[in-house]
Amino acid sequence: MAKKKKEIHPMESLLRMDRIPHIWCPGCGIGTAVTAFTSALEKLKADLNKVCVISGIGCTGRVAGYVKLDSFHTTHGRPIAFATGIKLGDPELKVVVFSGDGDIIAIGGNHFMHAARRNIDMTVICVNNFIYAMTGGQVAPTTPLTAYTTTSPYGNVEVPSNIPQLAEACGAVYVARWTALHIRRLTNAIVEAMQKPGFSVVEVISSCPQYYSRINKLGDGLDMMKFYHDNSVIRHNEPTENLDIDYQKQIIVGKFIDRERPTYMDSYKKWLEEVKHQIPKSPKIQNT
Amino acid sequence: MKYWRAPYDINEVKIAHGQVHIIKDRCKGCEFCIEYCPTDVLELSDEFNAKGYHIPYIKNEENCTNCGLCEMLCPEFAIWSTLKKGRKAKVAGLVLGKQE
Repeated sequence: MAKKKKEIHPMESLLRMDRIPHIWCPGCGIGTAVTAFTSALEKLKADLNKVCVISGIGCTGRVAGYVKLDSFHTTHGRPIAFATGIKLGDPELKVVVFSGDGDIIAIGGNHFMHAARRNIDMTVICVNNFIYAMTGGQVAPTTPLTAYTTTSPYGNVEVPSNIPQLAEACGAVYVARWTALHIRRLTNAIVEAMQKPGFSVVEVISSCPQYYSRINKLGDGLDMMKFYHDNSVIRHNEPTENLDIDYQKQIIVGKFIDRERPTYMDSYKKWLEEVKHQIPKSPKIQNT
Repeated sequence: MKYWRAPYDINEVKIAHGQVHIIKDRCKGCEFCIEYCPTDVLELSDEFNAKGYHIPYIKNEENCTNCGLCEMLCPEFAIWSTLKKGRKAKVAGLVLGKQE
């Protein structure tokens, strides 16, 4: 029998195929978010040597290992801190932070706030699955009230954080939220966020069939996708204080913030011009 | 697919034909592609793959319009469609025009 020609998926040029199949569970939405990101790169026709992906620890933190770009897998909660350094080291690069809610909002919450405050030119894709999935389903700062997790066996009592509101308050210039089902809109949002100079945040609501859905008896990944289909409402420019996610209630998605602010590099260069005359010239080193 | 009214360009738009490709051993059986295929090309088979998941099989390939939604929704990079060559594209009005 003649050997069948090996079929190649169109995304394979952007993925490290020696690591695929990936570790994500059946029905997980992170793979879909990666597809949205890779198709956004294709849509942008971006120079792939000038794109850098940084991830922290967690399920979503594995993304840096799967995309065939210059990527960086850092310590827990610190991808934005590393991304800030990379952006300052080479301002030509398009820096994308692709990580989860536990990584960016919980442990790296401080870095998130300060990168948004400085308006460093980077794109943050935050996959929100409402839980610390990789470590066994502990309660996260995004877990909705009354949801069960392994560390809240009688329901969660902590008020969850609202990622778009946090981003807006800290000074992000672009904030959008989509679910893993709104795949074309998510792709367009990532394209817009990557083109926007400044700190842009795209929140991706994703299913976690193994830890979040199982303990709350919400079915598998497909049931969660059906839930997003029935319960997500598109409202662009919605005030971000209305964007709290309640347990199994409607999810407001859309593009909420799109504004202009000088980025950190612009302000820095402008300020440097102003104070240049105050900087003492470095003394010449004498060769003896 | 049913329209609530016939589109104005129904006699001009041509429906492309697509061909679906599935890498069986990469599939984890999440059924996203089966549920969200707008033309119901796929169906869950009784067959298992090497990992023990039920995988989709191509039921009505002639319905595939190469929209690419299965490729975008698949979390496993296991399914995609390509434009089928050698088959003449039908005018949308001939396929859908019989609806009232």
